[in-house]
Amino acid sequence: MTTTEPLIEVEDVGKTYGSVIALRDVSTVVNPGEVTCVLGDNGAGKSTLIKILAGVHQHDSGTFSFEGRPARFASPREALDAGIATVYQDLAVVPLMSVWRNFFLGSEPRITWGPFAMLDRRRGRTVAREALAEMGIDLRDVEQPVGTLSGGERQCVAIARAVHFGAKVLILDEPTAALGVKQAGVVLRYVAQARDRGLGVVLITHNPHHAYPVGNRFLLLKRGRSLGSYEKSKITLAELTQQMAGGAELEALEHELRAAQT
Amino acid sequence: MSVATKETLVDERISRPSLANRLIVRPEIGALLGAIVVFVFFSVVSDQFLTASGVATWLDDASTLGIMAVAVALLMIGGEFDLSAGVMTASTALVTAIFATQLGWNVWLALLVSLVFALAVGAFNGWLVTRTGLPSFIVTLGTFLALQGLNLGVTRLITGSVQVSGMRATDGYESAGFVFASTMDIGGTPFQISVVWWIGFAALAGWLLVRTRLGNWIFAVGGSAASARAVGVPVNRTKILLFMTTAAAGWLVGSINILRFASAQANQGVGLELHFIIAAVVGGCLLTGGFGSAIGAAIGALIFGMARQGIVFANWDSDWFMLFLGAMLLGAVLVNNTFRRRAERVRR
Repeated sequence: MTTTEPLIEVEDVGKTYGSVIALRDVSTVVNPGEVTCVLGDNGAGKSTLIKILAGVHQHDSGTFSFEGRPARFASPREALDAGIATVYQDLAVVPLMSVWRNFFLGSEPRITWGPFAMLDRRRGRTVAREALAEMGIDLRDVEQPVGTLSGGERQCVAIARAVHFGAKVLILDEPTAALGVKQAGVVLRYVAQARDRGLGVVLITHNPHHAYPVGNRFLLLKRGRSLGSYEKSKITLAELTQQMAGGAELEALEHELRAAQT
Repeated sequence: MSVATKETLVDERISRPSLANRLIVRPEIGALLGAIVVFVFFSVVSDQFLTASGVATWLDDASTLGIMAVAVALLMIGGEFDLSAGVMTASTALVTAIFATQLGWNVWLALLVSLVFALAVGAFNGWLVTRTGLPSFIVTLGTFLALQGLNLGVTRLITGSVQVSGMRATDGYESAGFVFASTMDIGGTPFQISVVWWIGFAALAGWLLVRTRLGNWIFAVGGSAASARAVGVPVNRTKILLFMTTAAAGWLVGSINILRFASAQANQGVGLELHFIIAAVVGGCLLTGGFGSAIGAAIGALIFGMARQGIVFANWDSDWFMLFLGAMLLGAVLVNNTFRRRAERVRR
């Protein structure tokens, strides 16, 4: 692992919605070629954190720097133009549109004659097929609707799209949440592929078994606060699971249940 | 690692789609088959149907409906409805007629005023729908009723009756009439110029939809507006443009009508908005948006025209047309629904 400048660095970042403190004093880094996993239960502040990174919301306190400079993105488009691509679980693709049209949506290849422009369909199909193949996704027919693909494959198309259009940071919001075991494995492989291509990946999940194999760093959140940002060498899967499951709370619950049985 | 990934997604369960399977996912295929059936049926039961004047009659009937159906289809693919589209054809005709006959303006100038009026109403519809997030069904129902009231109220206020006539005496009637309402002789039979407008507009819309970036955006905003927005598609701008296109098509049909008949009734156009939607649905558009075809909608209008005139040629009571329409609509919706489920099917 080379020591490079971090892509994203957040320090003591916080966000309040009215009187609700959604996030407080959270710090972590995202390095190129590494995966930073954000783990936490529902309402832990995972979504708030990624919305700040993706430009949907802006932070109220602390610092957020992108490529060494202080950053504050006014819109998702601004974050995307800077190189931060976000793949949302349900909003990744348009099911009724073909694979290549989804791949190029918002950045369509065109042939222009003066004021007139039309889609370059041949290039769209070829480039989409090649870009997907490079990520190891072999689709025979890029004209088929994305809806005919499995949930995992859809996520993969969205990931391949972000990689192809030169994202430096890839934020994945619960990419494995609605998937079966095998499909989740497939998606994690593409997460690893994106990482190996030098992207900084932010993987949001509540499943430590998905996070541990691909992650380099684990940021644990609970009720808007950080429980710590651990390097992989500093934490084992068992400890991670323990922390995620609520640690002492769960032990207490176990005792309570056992006491109730006897 | 890379070796393993290369193998994972070559799914042995996927066979190469057959030609029939690839054809069946085209949205306009159902309408095309329907058109052939209707054409053959009326060619057999009626002697007049296939004569030159017969063809000119049902093509004319299909043409103005077709222009609107194509525009409505684009809007439906973009995920919205426009119930004010029918009455818009009357409003624009009335605006043109009032400016030309009552104020004595040149017809071309009056046409320009009514076009601006149509685009403004379309933009208002689109702005209100995108701004409030309300269903376009309700918003345009409001515009529909408002325009219907305006048509009657303003016409009665200005002319004292519910019709505006006297277009033939206005400046520029000849040249405008040539563009919007002339006839072409083909083999001694006059064909209305509106047929050319219909075919031209359908071809343009068909090209726009599948061959341009805007077309890609139309499918995307109707298929999943949130996904489209997330990748930077200007969702609101696309939708407003679609509402304005529908209104502009209403202006075109209104202009064709006013210049052909030289007078306009204030109560025209009411109820036609459903015919446009039916033609678009028969042409393969989904009511939920994101799927459909401009060419399909044009074919849907052709079925409409052939059946409506075919029933007359066959000397049947025209009451039967509504039965036919209902059956055709149900059939089309069932077929479309099957296609959509094919396309949206999730394999996990």
